[in-house]
This record gives sequence, C-alpha cells and structure tokens, in this order.
Amino acid sequence: MPRSDKKNSTQVLAKKPTGINGFDEITGGGLPAGRPSLICGEAGAGKTMFSIEFIIRGALQYNEPGVILAFEEKAADLETNIASLGFDLKKLQKDKLVWIDHIHIDRSEIEETGEYDLDGLFIRLGHAIDSIGAKRVMLDTIENLFGGLSNEGILRAEIRRLFTWLKDKGVTTIITGEKGLNTLTRQGLEEYVSDCVLLLEHRVVNQISTRLLRVVKYRGSVHGTNEYPFLIDEEGISVLPVTSLKLDHEVSSLRVSSGIPTLDEMLGGHGFFRGSSILISGTAGTGKTSIAAYFADASCKRKERCLYFAFEESPRQIVRNMASIGIDLQKHKEDGLLQIHGARPTLQGLEMHLLMIHKLVRTFKPRAVILDPITNLITIGSMSEVKSMLIRLIDFLQVEGITVLFTALVYEKDNAVQTDEGVSSLVDAWILVRDLEANGERNRGIYIMKSRGMAHSNRVREFVIQDTGLELVDVYLGPKGILVGSAREAEQLNELTGVELRADALTRKDRELERKRTVLEAKIASLRDEFESMQDELNRTFREEELTKQIKEKNRQKGGKNTKQGNSGNGKSK
Amino acid sequence: MKKKGIADSTDAGKPVYVFTLYITGNTPNSIRAINNLQAICETHIPGQYKLEVIDVHQQPALAQQEQIIALPLLIKKFPLPERKLIGDLSDTEKVLRILNLSF
Repeated sequence: MPRSDKKNSTQVLAKKPTGINGFDEITGGGLPAGRPSLICGEAGAGKTMFSIEFIIRGALQYNEPGVILAFEEKAADLETNIASLGFDLKKLQKDKLVWIDHIHIDRSEIEETGEYDLDGLFIRLGHAIDSIGAKRVMLDTIENLFGGLSNEGILRAEIRRLFTWLKDKGVTTIITGEKGLNTLTRQGLEEYVSDCVLLLEHRVVNQISTRLLRVVKYRGSVHGTNEYPFLIDEEGISVLPVTSLKLDHEVSSLRVSSGIPTLDEMLGGHGFFRGSSILISGTAGTGKTSIAAYFADASCKRKERCLYFAFEESPRQIVRNMASIGIDLQKHKEDGLLQIHGARPTLQGLEMHLLMIHKLVRTFKPRAVILDPITNLITIGSMSEVKSMLIRLIDFLQVEGITVLFTALVYEKDNAVQTDEGVSSLVDAWILVRDLEANGERNRGIYIMKSRGMAHSNRVREFVIQDTGLELVDVYLGPKGILVGSAREAEQLNELTGVELRADALTRKDRELERKRTVLEAKIASLRDEFESMQDELNRTFREEELTKQIKEKNRQKGGKNTKQGNSGNGKSK
Repeated sequence: MKKKGIADSTDAGKPVYVFTLYITGNTPNSIRAINNLQAICETHIPGQYKLEVIDVHQQPALAQQEQIIALPLLIKKFPLPERKLIGDLSDTEKVLRILNLSF
C-alpha cells in the first residue's frame, strides 16, 4: 500500500473504489485507501451488506483480495446470505480472493484471570491478510467483543491499537458498528476511527420505508453531505446521488414525433425535441394515457426502446386498453422494444421509485421514458418531495438524452391551470387536454400550453378518440364561439347545406336571366320587323308617288303630241 | 510446535491435569502467565499435570482453529469439563476455583 502521502504533502488523499453503484460518485472515488472507515447504523440498516459488497467487489473488480472478520455470523451463514446476491463466496475463498474468519466469543466459556491483550485477534487477522495478500478488511461487528469480554479498559486500548495496526498494514478497512442511543455506535468506536464515518438509516414514513446513507465525516476529502437514498436488491446496493445537478447537459435539436401527425403539426410540424421533457396534463378520462401510448408506439416504430412506468394500471391492462384504439403494444413488447413496468406508488418510497427508475433506465437503455401518471406519487410523498424527485429524474434523463413524457391528472375545480406537482415550470413542453362541456355532452379539447424553442399552434383542437385511433380535429370557430362535438358537426352540416342551397339559388337566377334575355331579344326582333315593315310602307308610298309623277310626266309629253293628232290616245293610256 | 516444558508425572490413582497455554512470544503477560501457572501447579498438583505451552506467533493458523482472541489463554483439557481462562493468571483464587483445585 502506498504510504507516499508523507513524502508529497500536496498529493490528495488516495481512495479505494468500493464498486458500489453510486457510492463512489458521492465520495469522489470511494473509501480512504489504507485507512479504517466506520459504517454505523441500526440493526437491519444494511451495514453488513455494504461491507461485504466492498470486499467482494474489491476482489472481483479491482483484484484486491479481502478478509472478512465476522463476529456475528458464521462463514456458512454468510455464504448463504451472499449467494442471494449472486456471489459464490466458497469459490472466492478457494481462489484465495476472500478469507473468512468467524470469531466466536462466549462469556460463559471464558474466565478472566488478570491482564490480557487481543494478540490472538491480531495474529489471526495478520495471518489472514498475509495468506491471501489482502488489501481490504471488514470487521463485522467488532463491538461484539464487548459482549464477550468484560474488561472494557483493555478492550478500548486494544481496539485503538488494532486500528492503528491496520493503518500501518496499509489495508483499507470497514468497521461496522451498531447505532447507540445518543452516539453513532454503542461503544463510541467513532472516537477511534477518525477518517471516514458513514451512517446508514432505515426510515419509515407513512409505513413506507426508505434506506438512507449519509457521509458523516470524511477527513481530507470533499464529499456529498446529503442523505442519499439507497436500495438493496438482487444486485446489491445502489446509492443514488441526488445533488449533482448542474444543468450543463448536451441538448439536441433533433425532433421526435409524438405519434399523432396532427399534434406534430401543432408543434411546428416536427414533434418534440429529442431529450426534452413533456407533460400531458388533463382531467380524468381525457385521454392522457392514450397520448402516452401513441408516443410509445411511435418510439418503438422508430426501433427505439421505450420504458413505460405505469403507476395506475397493470401492463396487461394498458396493452388491452390501447389495443381498443388501434395500438398494438404487445408486438413491441415481444420485440423487446417496449418495457412496461407496473408498480403501485405505495410499493416503496419516492426515493426507491427514483432508484428503481434509475436502475431500469441504466439496464434497458431506452430513448424514451413514460411516467403515467406522476400524480399518483403524491400518495406517498408531499408535493415538495415529489417535485424534488421529479427534478432529479428529469435531470438524470436529460443528461442521458432520453425523452421523457409525464402524464398528470388535474382536478376539475381549478380549471386545469396549474398541475398539482408544480412541475410545469420544469418541463419543456406542456400539453393540456381538457373537457369542453356544452349542449349536454363532454368533448375533449387539446392545446399546447408551452413548447420551448419551437413555433407552436395557439389553437384549441378537438381531440377525438375512435376505434381507429386518435385524431385532432379543428374546432369550429363561428359567430357563436367555439363549437365542438355534435354542435361542431351540426354547424358543419349547416354550412354544407348552406353552400348547396346557395349554389342552387345561383343557377336558378342564371336561368331566369337567360330567359329574360331571350324575351328581350325576341322583343327587339319584333320591333325591328315592325320598323322594317313601316319603312317598306313608307318606301312604297314614295315610289308610288314617284311612279305616278313619272307616268304623268310621260303622259303630258305624249299628250302634247296627241293634241295635235287628236285625243284618241288619251283614254288608252289611262 | 514449540513445547516450552512438559512436567510429567504419573502418580497412580490421582487424575492427571492436562493444560495447554497459548502465549505470544516474550511479552510480559506471557511470561507472567507461565510463571503463575507453574507456581499454582507446583503448589497444588505437584507431579500431577501435563502442560503444553504454545507460542501462537509461531503457528498463526492455530489461532483460527482454536478460536483464539485474547491472550494468554489457558485451556484445561482434562479432567472434563474443558475450561478456558484468559489473562496472566494473577488472580490465583479465581484460577484455583475455576480449575477446581481448591481442595
């Protein structure tokens, strides 16, 4: 173990990674290398689990053999307990990666007859460390010695000597200690371990338990000081760092479809931003889940994985219900693109939910996450707790570039202006689905409250759920205001007949005009005829007069000659 | 196995006490324990005991087998019941009582 700290005073404290999910992030690297750390907490807080994971992960992941000095459990019991985490302690012991020594001490078997020391323990531990070249040691729980031996003065001095000895050996040690009444440990071990002290707690609020971890002290190192929730499951311990929120994640300008073309159109034609957070809020039965399912469907159709957290319905129920509006979620489930995770909110505390979401996101690696609905989480936490959890969740997902869609139930009374969780300010896009009640029927209206960074429609659309799917219809904006549902249909019908009638009237007028024109033209023709005949008449009279004149003239000239010859020709010519 | 000394005696009729004393090197406690035990034995059961002294430092593996924590440790193996005593055996009265030698 490097003890170079003294040589180079500027060198920062060396740390040993524990390999425990999240813990190394909180402490900036793990536990202080080559020093003892105390981990305390009440019975059942997870002290042994934490320590064993430190040893086993050290052996498996960092090639650092470890010694387990168990004062409470026998080696066989430990093996069984750890097997549930999928670790084979027997094999690790055979491979000389882990050394287990169960220390049994019973007051009734031993009598004290004067001065003694704990050299036996030192020798055992030293032998174990040397045998496998151990770098890590776990003492669980050394306070049991106080039960077996009565001379407290000797014990305290020896324990102090043990810690110094371990430090000189350069092994990284975890010491567990049961929490005392007013002290961190019953025997005040924290006095002897001054480098790093962790406190584990198991808190039950409203009958829902949350495990919490706090770094009480970490000499020579910056560390998170909050209480961090942690989870013990089949993969061991996961600690969730809650405060590393910096708002400096990458953003994407790529868009993802909401699955509803008309909704995409309202959102500037392309849908949501990838990696953004979307809130769908609305009163009961307005189709929030349907919108969420459409989004999931669209995501899966792009061959992107989607993780659906259902807090209200079971996965099968969702699949069945969504099939009724034409979405086949079962197929996506079978293709491994969709994972629906159903859990009642009351199953565990808020932080546990957050951890569970974290874990599932890390293992499933989805591109989209849906939480339906977040309102139900209120049942297990106060509003501020839910909000703080959602902030952390949104932040985590945004850092990962995952698009997240929440649904939230709002109540009728406040007319859907503010969501209960107050998360509206956190999300990038907020779509509101609300009831529009008129003429004895309920219809759904959808509009976009906000959508950061894109042009979006300001219009209210009517939102229709049919067997074939969702559809957004333009509401009827008429002189009577916004009309939806059957009123819209009636109005549309009215409009249609109006058009038809007007067209009909138009042709009738045209025809009449035509007829009038014909009549007029006929009249004109007859007048012209009349005029012509009058003209003819006039002409005839003129001609007659002319002719008569001419004839008279001729006759006169003839008559001059005829008077000379007699009047015989006169009667003939007439 | 380092045997510091075996006081052998076979006086017929009387039980032979078998002791194992675990110590660590030449620490003051170890030395006191050996001296005290020998003094007691010589006073009360002269020639009637077997004593094996083991230095645990020399045989560290033994520590785990024998569940040794505190040292010096005296184990009375015979006559039964087996008794374990820790400390330098300076509390003579207590030692005598536990070993059932106060007759």
